[in-house]
Order: sequence, then structure tokens, then C-alpha cells
Amino acid sequence: MSRQPQIRLRGRSRAPLEAILVGASAGGVEALMNLFDGLPADFRLPVVCMLHMPESGDNLLVELLARRVGLAVKEAEDKERLRGGVLYVAPAGYHLSIEMDRSFSLSREEPRHFSRPSIDILFESAADAYGAGAAGALLTGANEDGAAGLLAIARAGGLTLVQTPSDAQVRTMPEAALALLQPDFLLPIDAMRTLLAELDAPLC
Amino acid sequence: MPDEIELRLLIEAIYLRYSYDFRDYAGASLKRRVRQAQAQLDCPTISALQERILHDPKAFMQLLQFLTIPVSEMFRDPGYFLALRQQVVPLLHTYPSLKVWVAGCSTGEEVYSLAILLREEGLLERTMIYATDINPHSLEKAEQGIFALDHIRTYTENYQRSGGKRAFSDYYTAAYDRALFDKTLRDNVTFADHSLATDSVFAETQLISCRNVLIYFNRGLQDRALGLFHESLCHRGFLGLGSKESLDFSGYARQFEALVRQERIFRKR
Repeated sequence: MSRQPQIRLRGRSRAPLEAILVGASAGGVEALMNLFDGLPADFRLPVVCMLHMPESGDNLLVELLARRVGLAVKEAEDKERLRGGVLYVAPAGYHLSIEMDRSFSLSREEPRHFSRPSIDILFESAADAYGAGAAGALLTGANEDGAAGLLAIARAGGLTLVQTPSDAQVRTMPEAALALLQPDFLLPIDAMRTLLAELDAPLC
Repeated sequence: MPDEIELRLLIEAIYLRYSYDFRDYAGASLKRRVRQAQAQLDCPTISALQERILHDPKAFMQLLQFLTIPVSEMFRDPGYFLALRQQVVPLLHTYPSLKVWVAGCSTGEEVYSLAILLREEGLLERTMIYATDINPHSLEKAEQGIFALDHIRTYTENYQRSGGKRAFSDYYTAAYDRALFDKTLRDNVTFADHSLATDSVFAETQLISCRNVLIYFNRGLQDRALGLFHESLCHRGFLGLGSKESLDFSGYARQFEALVRQERIFRKR
């Protein structure tokens, strides 16, 4: 087998990343705004964020984020291929998955953890599609959605990030993740924002 | 990735044994539903599930209930039905007779919704509705027109927001925990087994409603289904899709134009 390309991240060598997935629930709007604040237009990786919200709500998050970040922001669409340098926002009322060909798909299966979209579903499908190339981050929230998905990313060799519970507006979601796994990085939002830029590092 | 291999073999086995074609379904959701069925049918691996369904048609019917998604509600996305009423119905009035196709009708909630709408607009008597699905259990349920009473409050709200002209309770009789819908609503409905993956066009239609079905297909199969719709629709016929479905990533983007983009109602060019 040929040697896989590697990147260096904070002194450690690892497989290069292909996509960043971020999940949040209660308190998530503020956390996402802070996390992506000033994300530059030349960011190479696709970034997908998912926030729990009412099924029928309009997706105001797209507008809110578009004012804060340099790169393109749009709602993820069924069968759309993920492109680098785009910040995708999960639509309300549907589960969002990433297929093996790196395109999005939507579905109306039952809610998981009372949530549709479910972060577990996004993370688990990303673990299947990207393997070690997936980076998952779980932020503030009042339920346990996302923890099992983050574990799936860890098991596939991907990178895992969890917001420090004391930094989170609601600590249930990060704590649920910590009960299942030891993440690669346990950080407050400000430090996670600095790390995001490093995740985009070129091959060495 | 042994489970990816097992999944493909299972899907192939289903096709060879039962002629149900899931080979071009979107993989992520299909895999989750197979996992659920595996747990329910107590099979430790997907291979074990495959062996079971190959030799036991009853087990296959159980699996089929997981593979098809019977999640629907009446007048779901009221804005869609309001747009049909306000912008499509006036044009449908110009036809002496109508054929409407509800593709992937599942347990029939949308069929009854459309029948109510067409009756209130004075069109139902001259309309034939074809309601098709691949799941025989769902079709049977659709044909009965009996829905759980605990959903009726949501359905009533939806109906009112969709421009409904009467009391929603005019259309059903409550009995215990169920609502039996007026059976004259289905006088002009034909329920039929039809697969968008393997079957062909059976009628010329003026309106096709196919909502939250295409999202379960990959691009190739989406294009096949859209090809059937394009072939079935009359000149300037109407196509309604789910609230997050579009033609933008399909090979048929140029063959249709948006009539009401927000509600995903398109018109054949």
C-alpha cells in the first residue's frame, strides 16, 4: 500500500482533512457566530454546520453567518456536491447526510433525539464518506444528539473537537460527547476558532 | 468496509429475488434503514439479514416496511396546496378532463388532500387520480383512508392554512382513535403498484405531485423518474416536488420552468 499523505497539526502527524462538520443546539447561534467569525474567503475545506431548530422555521442562520464570514454561505441542497471554501447550513425539517460521492442527500426519516436534522446522522454519514478525512465539532446544546456521531468520526480515524462544557451556554451536549469519547481537542470557542485556521493547513 | 459490500449484496439479492430495485437509492439513508431492520429482525450482520430474506418472503415484507419511508401528513406544507389552489387550479379548469398522478403516494395522506382540494375547486368529478407506490402495505392503507385521530389537529391546521373552504371535520367520521375519510373522495382514485425505478409511463397527465420521494434516489435514478414525469405530462403540464427538492442538479433543469419557485411547482416547457 502506498504511503498516505500527511499533514502536521499541533505537532502531530495525521491524514489530511477533507471536510469540517459542526453541530450545535441550544445556545448554538451565538456559538456558531463566534466560531466562524472572520473565517477567510480562501478557506479550502468545505464546512457544514447544523443547528437544531423548529421544523418549519425559515433559515435565518444563512443570512446571519453571511454577514460574519468571508466565504460563501448557503443552505445545503439535495444532491449538491460539497465544494471547498463554502460554509453550508443544514436545512430545517430534514436529515442531512453526506453520500460516498461527497454529495449531500436529504431525508425525512423519524427524528433522532427529537431532532430533525440530527447531528448524529450528519456525523455518521460523514464518517462513512470521509473516514479519517472528517473533522467533527460538537458545541453547546441541551440534548445528547451528536455524541454518537462524534464517536463514529473518531472510530473512522477522523478528528474530534468538543467545546469545553464550562464555555458552553448549555453543557449537556458537550458533556454527552465526553461521556463517550476523549476528543482530540477540548477547547473553548475562541481557541477552536484559531484551530479552524490550522485545520486548513497544506500537506507537508 | 465489509458492511458496504454486504449492503450492496443485500440490495442485489433483493432485486434478483423480489424485483424491487433499490440499487440506485441514496446510500446513507438506505444503510440506516437496513441497520434498523437488522436490529428489528434480530440479524447480527447484513449478510444474515440477506440470508433470511432470500428464504423468507414474509421477512422481506418486514424489511420492505423499513426500506420505504411511510412518513406523511395531510396538507403537509400548506403553502404548496395554497399555491396549487391559487395558481394551478385556474389553469386546470381549462381542461375538459384531468389526470393527476401522485407518485410515491405512501399511505395516501397526500391523495386525500388533493382530492379534497379538487372537490372544493369543482374539479374532482372530472379528474382521475392515479396514486402509485411500490409498497403494497402502504397502498392497502391508502385505499382504506383511515388515519390516526391524534394527527387530525395538525391536519386541520394545515388544511386551514392551505386555503380550505369548509370545516375539515366535514370530510371524516371519528370512530374511537381513528378518522375514516369520506369514501366518495376516492371514487375517482386508482391505487396501483408502480416503481419509478423499473416501470414506465402509463398515462398522459396534467399534474404530477411527487414530494419527498426523489430525495431517496441518487442522481441517475432521479433523472429516470423525472424522465417519466416529463414523458407523462401533457404540453405545459405541472409538476410539484417536496419543499427542499429542486431540478437544479438534475438533467431536466431546462425541460421545466418554475411556476411557483418557493413551493417547488414547475411547468413543462
